[in-house]
Amino acid sequence: MSKAAAIFKKELKDTFKNKTILIQFLMFPALVPIMENAVRIDGMPENFFVKLFASMYIGMAPLTGMAAVISEEKEKNTLRVLLLSNVKPCEYLLGVGVYIWTACMLGAVVICAAGGYGLRGSLVFLSVMAAGILVSALIGAAIGVWSKTQMMATSVTVPVMMVLAFLPMLSMFNDSIAAVAKYTYSEQISILLNQIDAPRMEVSGVWVIAGNGLLAALLFAAVYRRRGLE
Amino acid sequence: MSYVIEAEDISLSLGKKQILDQISFRVGEGEIFGLLGPSGAGKTTLIKLLTGQLKQDAGYARLLGRDTGGLGAAEHSQIGVMMDDLGLYERLSVYDNLAFYADIYHISRGKIEELLESVGLYEARRRAVSKLSKGMKNRLSLARALMREGKILFLDEPTSGLDPVTTRQMHEILAGLKKKGVTIFLTTHNMYEAASLCVRVALLNEGKIIEQGRPGEICRKYNDLNLLRVTLKSGEEVLLKNSPASALRMREYLEQDAIWAIHSTEPTLESVFIELTGKEWI
Repeated sequence: MSKAAAIFKKELKDTFKNKTILIQFLMFPALVPIMENAVRIDGMPENFFVKLFASMYIGMAPLTGMAAVISEEKEKNTLRVLLLSNVKPCEYLLGVGVYIWTACMLGAVVICAAGGYGLRGSLVFLSVMAAGILVSALIGAAIGVWSKTQMMATSVTVPVMMVLAFLPMLSMFNDSIAAVAKYTYSEQISILLNQIDAPRMEVSGVWVIAGNGLLAALLFAAVYRRRGLE
Repeated sequence: MSYVIEAEDISLSLGKKQILDQISFRVGEGEIFGLLGPSGAGKTTLIKLLTGQLKQDAGYARLLGRDTGGLGAAEHSQIGVMMDDLGLYERLSVYDNLAFYADIYHISRGKIEELLESVGLYEARRRAVSKLSKGMKNRLSLARALMREGKILFLDEPTSGLDPVTTRQMHEILAGLKKKGVTIFLTTHNMYEAASLCVRVALLNEGKIIEQGRPGEICRKYNDLNLLRVTLKSGEEVLLKNSPASALRMREYLEQDAIWAIHSTEPTLESVFIELTGKEWI
């Protein structure tokens, strides 16, 4: 555990000097309060930007963050040195994973605060975000482990991220897309977030998120088994 | 002498290519052992194998008496590795790079400053690694390898690309480590480095050890011509057989005060390599 904690601490220090990752973590949490206060259109649902950007944030930040950190460590051989230092792959992945999850959750807290939810609403919001960030982080980890270089990771991350992040928004305008999107966790997270203020929530989407989570875990396990961390 | 690194008939293929072919050698405790060879000879692969990063197809390799395929935490804590690609965190400072590994190894922060002093990087401790010269990065990587004060140090091309002054600084550090009893396994393609630093060397070509022993002994072994090169004050160079038959001629030169310099023509490690492989040293 102490090695995972050391990796967590190192990632924290590194993030402040890594603009690519930092932007991913800060962009949506910074944009949400600005957009919520600056844009007012008649008929626009309450907390429109909070909910829209929250689901986009889930599709982007944890996924790109995990993939970028792991692939960079592989490409620059820092990971090889770490493994030679008797750091176990599970300790490394735990350190990076917990860091990305925590950093993204901090962003989620900021987005949640911009929504001005009560205690129940905030708890639901953060729980949904926590689950979504976990699924995205698993997909990002699979991409990072599969990629030998950062370039390879980016070439896979961008299309996956675009699909996951933009599906909730596109499904608002197109029923066909909505019919497909409902099987993805980012769409179900968007649906759940849209029900926070409702007296009763339809929670069947939780099963889709859990199913997506299981698939992401299996994908990660398969990629890890094939490639390892070398 | 007790051996801390042992390799016996190690062979390794990656795909269809034979990377290492029946490699055998032993390294004694406190010895500096040099593995010499041109780029692509298999030097880095051998270090990976000896440190448990790769597994051989045939033969056996032991580190501190244990099979390298099953090195545990105890063995890892006794080795320091400096790979040729360094593996440093470029955005972090010199200090933070070492602090991270100090946390991994459970070593006190005081040790970091001591290490930075020993490799001459204390003044640069707050500088980002990306802003360091190649030589400074090499020294930082060496400091990290020394952090656990292990018994064995693996150095992959530690002076590659360094200027002569920095190279000399590295050599001084390595000589100091040898005095402390650290066993050093180093790869290099610099024959002068090997000849001056190493107690014993092995010449590696296309995955095979073609010769090994003490540098001086190897050179003498291939000194077939055994000539003396006499440079006269007139600028003329004369090659004389290093035997009593040349005594008269030498005496003449000495009496005439005609000699500017005398050198033996024993081969260098480079010329031995060329003689054995028919290839130029790259």
